[in-house]
Amino acid sequence: PTIAREPLGLGRTALPEEILAWDVAVLPDGQGLREGSGDVATGEEVFVEYCGACHGDFAEGIDSWPVLAGGIGSLTNQRPVKTVGSYWPYLSTVYDYIHRSMPFGAAQTLSVDDTYAITAYLLYSNGVVEDDFVLTHENFTEITLPNAAGFYVDDRAESEYPLFSGEPCMTDCGPAPQVTRRAVDLGVTPTDADGRPAGTMPVIDLPATAESG
Amino acid sequence: MTDEPITTGGKGSSRRAFLRGSAAAGAGLVAATAAARAADPDPLITEVQDWASFFGDAVDAHPYGSPIHFESHVVRRNVEWLTESPVSSINFTPIHALEGTITPQGCAFERHHSGAIELSKADYRLMINGLVDRPLVFTYADLERFPRHVMTAFCECAANGGMEWGGAQLEGCQFTQGMIHNMEYTGVMLRDLLAEAGVQTEGKWIYVEGADASSNGRSIPLEKALDDVMVAFYANGEALRKEHGYPVRLVVPGWEGNMWVKWLRRIGVYDQAVEGREETSKYTDLMPDGRARKWTWVMDAKSVITSPSPQVPIRHGTGPLVITGLAWSGNGAIARVDVSLDGGVNWQTARISGDAKSKALTRFHLDIDWDGSEMMLQSRAMDETGYVQPTKDALRAIRGTNNVYHNNAIQTWWVRADGEVENVEIA
Repeated sequence: PTIAREPLGLGRTALPEEILAWDVAVLPDGQGLREGSGDVATGEEVFVEYCGACHGDFAEGIDSWPVLAGGIGSLTNQRPVKTVGSYWPYLSTVYDYIHRSMPFGAAQTLSVDDTYAITAYLLYSNGVVEDDFVLTHENFTEITLPNAAGFYVDDRAESEYPLFSGEPCMTDCGPAPQVTRRAVDLGVTPTDADGRPAGTMPVIDLPATAESG
Repeated sequence: MTDEPITTGGKGSSRRAFLRGSAAAGAGLVAATAAARAADPDPLITEVQDWASFFGDAVDAHPYGSPIHFESHVVRRNVEWLTESPVSSINFTPIHALEGTITPQGCAFERHHSGAIELSKADYRLMINGLVDRPLVFTYADLERFPRHVMTAFCECAANGGMEWGGAQLEGCQFTQGMIHNMEYTGVMLRDLLAEAGVQTEGKWIYVEGADASSNGRSIPLEKALDDVMVAFYANGEALRKEHGYPVRLVVPGWEGNMWVKWLRRIGVYDQAVEGREETSKYTDLMPDGRARKWTWVMDAKSVITSPSPQVPIRHGTGPLVITGLAWSGNGAIARVDVSLDGGVNWQTARISGDAKSKALTRFHLDIDWDGSEMMLQSRAMDETGYVQPTKDALRAIRGTNNVYHNNAIQTWWVRADGEVENVEIA
């Protein structure tokens, strides 16, 4: 791709301090990691204090808050448990996301070292490292998560589009179908006072309705 | 046919409802036409009404108006049990009650990961950094000086219909297809902003993130960024709503809504994808072998009949019936929409009403003469690439039931003889 336009001269140069403040992304190859370290024991302390109320002291999840550990080997189950250990491909994402967006409701309050420590604790919770492990900016990229090879790039152009393209059947396309599932059997949709699905159109052609509306 | 008037929520059966009910039970259209002839003059016509005699509201009553209160059902709705927190959650556009293609901003769906933040134009900053010749900071006032463009596009959440992968679950197209809106955007092209910074040859990806706590960072290949991605300030003629990213959001035509980063604060240029949380843990699509697709950016061709639908029962009895719906495709313009009344055995081609713009919502209509019998309504979109919207079974045969995202399957509405409409699966 090429950019055809000449610059207009708008904006001003970003200062190093500004870039450092806002560009905290960490890439899978370790780009963006900052100098620091944290061990599992420290991570457990920080995690229990700042994260355990939602995610559980062992990262197992409280109530319906996200489960961060476990579920390894469950991805072909009827109800897979997708966690850092069972599903996430890269440790960089763990560090980056926690550092930038957690704790929920008080994001960007964790130091670089806190984040290394929590990341180490999550590795331990998922059985990836021993309890004396120390995670640093230098050994970070040596860690491979269990599901690192579990993803492939969108292949719909090969696996679906040819099957779903072409002139479709218009007449006598098969036997008359039967109803196999009804949403009303679940009864989980919000309802209006009269029991209908919430937002159902009001009756407009009875004189009494407009007055009551 | 039922003997009861096809209504609920009214105050008993009026004479008109009785007549309509009789017609429905009788000999069809001829009888209905005869029954529609009033026996007595209508007092709404023969008596002078208040609004035909006294004043209405003054022009200074509503500097910025809201819909008339009779339309109070046309609002966003949420489903509490879908998420664990209402600030990282979704609500639904009332597509069952809308027509045409433009979504009114005030009821256009929201999806936040750490709530809808308030960010003034004065506090707004946009940074471009990374593999660029000149890392830059723009103010909002700077952005207003770039050449402007206008485009209309649908923003569909990747999870739209995701609750329906395993079966028919929610009752109403607002809930099953309503994580979508379609607006006319004005803004500047991302390629023009990147030109200002000068992308270096090693720069292959951009990473876009918001000013909110969740940041919602996503990686976009440079080809798309330089093609049709817009940095938008206006939607449907006015500033973006707070909940839609005020004052600046990304518009990524045809691609999953998660990438339409709101409150956009930084565009980083990198040599590889960041693989952030929203493109690894989330917005990856688990397949039957336990592996998952990633980078499933495009939203495939899709459609839904918005009326009749579970929130829009048929209350007028037999005779003329408007079937109306929406079709859209992230792979281009809608070429055709077919409608079936019998669950896919036979199809007829509907009418495209208005323009079929590329990567934008498109309205279709089919007018039928309903004889009062049960129907299994379906719509099937085709886009300009020749892709035909698949059935849910066809998708599940490839993807299983744990894909979570990208459910563009044909929807079936079971229209019962009493005019009530249900969300069903059929086989």
